[in-house]
Amino acid sequence: MLELINIDKRFGRLQALCGVGLSAREGTIHGLIGENGAGKSTLMKVLTGFVRMTGGEIRLRGNRVHPGGPRDAMALGIGMLYQEPLDFPQLSVLENFIAGQAGYDPAAARQRLARLARDFSFHLRADDLVGDLTVGERQQLELLRLIDGGARVLILDEPTTGISAQQQEMLFAALRRLKATGATVLLVSHKLEEIDLLCDEVTVLRHGQVVARRSRPFDRDDLLRAMFDVLPEREGATPKVAAGPPLLIFDRACAGSGRSALAGLSLTIGRGEIVGLAGIDGSGQNTFLKLAAGLLAPTSGEVRLEGEDCGPIRRPTLGVDTVYLPADRLTEGLFPQLSLREHHVLATPGRALLTPSAGLEDTRRAIAMHGIKGEAQQPVQDLSGGNQQRLLLSLIPEKTRLILMENPTRGLDVHSARSTWTLLRRRLEGQGAAIIFASPDLDEVMREASRILVFSANRVVLDIPAREASSQVLSRAITGQVDALVAP
Amino acid sequence: MPSSPPEPPVNRQTHNRPMSPSAARHHLGSLAKFLVIALLALGTVSLLLLALGISPATIAITLAKGSILSWQKFGHVLSIFSPLLLASCGLLFTFRAGLWNIGVEGQVVLGAIAATALLRQGSLGLPPGLVLCAAMLLAFVGGGLWGALAGWLKHRGGVNEIFGGLGLNFVAQGLILWLILGPWKRAGIASMSGTDMFARELWMYTPPGWRVAPAALALALAALLLSALLLLSTRFGLRVRAVGLNPLAAPLFAINPARTALAAMILGGGLAGLAGGLQVAAVYHRLLPPISSGYGYLALLVVMLANSRVSPVAPICLFFAALAAGAIQLPIALQLDSALSGVIQGSCVLSALFVHGWRQRLREAR
Repeated sequence: MLELINIDKRFGRLQALCGVGLSAREGTIHGLIGENGAGKSTLMKVLTGFVRMTGGEIRLRGNRVHPGGPRDAMALGIGMLYQEPLDFPQLSVLENFIAGQAGYDPAAARQRLARLARDFSFHLRADDLVGDLTVGERQQLELLRLIDGGARVLILDEPTTGISAQQQEMLFAALRRLKATGATVLLVSHKLEEIDLLCDEVTVLRHGQVVARRSRPFDRDDLLRAMFDVLPEREGATPKVAAGPPLLIFDRACAGSGRSALAGLSLTIGRGEIVGLAGIDGSGQNTFLKLAAGLLAPTSGEVRLEGEDCGPIRRPTLGVDTVYLPADRLTEGLFPQLSLREHHVLATPGRALLTPSAGLEDTRRAIAMHGIKGEAQQPVQDLSGGNQQRLLLSLIPEKTRLILMENPTRGLDVHSARSTWTLLRRRLEGQGAAIIFASPDLDEVMREASRILVFSANRVVLDIPAREASSQVLSRAITGQVDALVAP
Repeated sequence: MPSSPPEPPVNRQTHNRPMSPSAARHHLGSLAKFLVIALLALGTVSLLLLALGISPATIAITLAKGSILSWQKFGHVLSIFSPLLLASCGLLFTFRAGLWNIGVEGQVVLGAIAATALLRQGSLGLPPGLVLCAAMLLAFVGGGLWGALAGWLKHRGGVNEIFGGLGLNFVAQGLILWLILGPWKRAGIASMSGTDMFARELWMYTPPGWRVAPAALALALAALLLSALLLLSTRFGLRVRAVGLNPLAAPLFAINPARTALAAMILGGGLAGLAGGLQVAAVYHRLLPPISSGYGYLALLVVMLANSRVSPVAPICLFFAALAAGAIQLPIALQLDSALSGVIQGSCVLSALFVHGWRQRLREAR
């Protein structure tokens, strides 16, 4: 039995956790849900000793424990699987598996790895380089490493972010297996489907407090109400805009190399389209987006953006004609220490000389219009993920014709995700623009896109209007089971 | 790609708004930080001196006597201050662009070489003022080219600017020795004591009783004002900072990170080159092997201590220049090595880095 009793954590004036209690029995999967900033990650960091609690106690099998860091936690049998793989990409699978173990016995470790991989039906080869694996495979490796290290309490932070449906199935099977062997699994998630599928009990956090505890069977509306106070509105079906004149043309374009290469792609995207890219990550979607953005030049063939007059724009400028919103917003899309105002100044062409209040009015207007919770002179690193995404959306110039996004709602709660799409739709209205986005979330792709491209093994294997798509058709295509390839 | 070194610390800009309570707290915080750094540095040096059986007070008095207690000595301080300030202004550009421009020393040397190339020809029948201006322009171009070379090596060759810069420093030093012992050697003798003196009319004018050329000081102060304007109040300055903070995000804002970084290297190298130009035109009137006087390396310390902010650079340069000038008295008055000034400068920088790092840790732990 793992018990967290009355946990308090304050960061300066901010009370991140307030009297949080949670108990999870052996042989159960316990869900932890809540919107962004509810305190889920902080609570898990307290449990692994990354963050020191300011009050409360942790009991494991009745004994009071004080994990002082990940090493302590591991000695207590508490292991955490982080959202982003924390491993050594330059080392092999086996070397990663050994890293952190006491002693050094590669031969024995190789055997243990092979046995564990067989037990969990993971296809991991000991000598592959970890940097060449997909996120899902790296996660599998990490999981085996934790189990081998003796973890009996496993914490998983948003484990299905960025992994394929197939890998998700394998992960769920592994978790069920762990549960059967008497381990305690804590699952931090946004996705109620996962909670439904896996969890025996669930704790809901809001503003650092426990607002609900539920056991199976769960009522989704009840959970949503607990998470958000109010139920997020279910919007009506996506208005399907008919494709306008051509905007972006791929003509036998090839690019990239290795696992993310894209070979001989020809297609046309019209104005007004919202194109969703589906597929296992690393199947070519990212290369496609970077090609479209001009961040990557085609090795052969051509990618061109058509201007207003339907002639090609000679050198489309990224940040003006096209914008690209990366998934990792703070490390790839923003300047952490610069303020919202300074971002606006950078994104809008204008005079070379700047006063300290340059762009202030525009920024304040954008903050109001996009509902950003933040101030114009505040550094963007202080914003939450949802507000960072809203800021990026507010920075898209008026004349932008092509909006490219990688995982647009990653790390956002349901409210922020909805507002993101509402804002995007607004941009599209009557402007002759198009949106292309990649998302691992099939629901999002089907709900938001007007046209869906499915990538598998670096090729577009399916190109259909969203209204003809079903999750069955898409998931079959994603895993490469396409009856008739749609001719490019 | 070689792993990049930690980014030079770039502080948040303060804005000229009416002072809010939080801004007041911020200023109070800066003052407290300054005091902590000063106490830490002086405390460490004092302890060291006491351990060696030397009174810190004697040292302080000797240093003050040698630097600020007479106009002549202060003139000497200013003659160090001017090139140091120029090189430091140059480094502000590169540090804020996220580049550890260790090559600044070589850029100073190249500036000196470029200026000498013209000045050693004599006035060529032109007004001396014009020749001196042209020599300064050449110094800027020389240093700028050397900076551009380091930038180009990084962008095209994937050579980290630290290693590229360090290599180019050695090349510059080799070049100066070759010139002095070879093509530019004094008539009849090749000696490490340098080239022939320039024609008298090409010495930057120093009034009688002064130790500093007013034009040199004016040039340095003008460079400071211009750098402050460029860095703090122009789109270019903001772009430089943006590239320094996150080169990955820059292309998404239609900023070319390589080009911006190269511009910063050229401007930075050019300003360092001006420092070298002053060294030959206003101080030594000839080219010497140690022409840079190590001001490039010293400027690195200045900008680190300033945490890449613009406003503290001039006061720090003045303080460091006073230390360097005052230290000349140490061997004469106290039979101590003048390297003590370096110890004090180093202690200041280490204390500052320590305090910055410590505050950072506190902030992250919260």
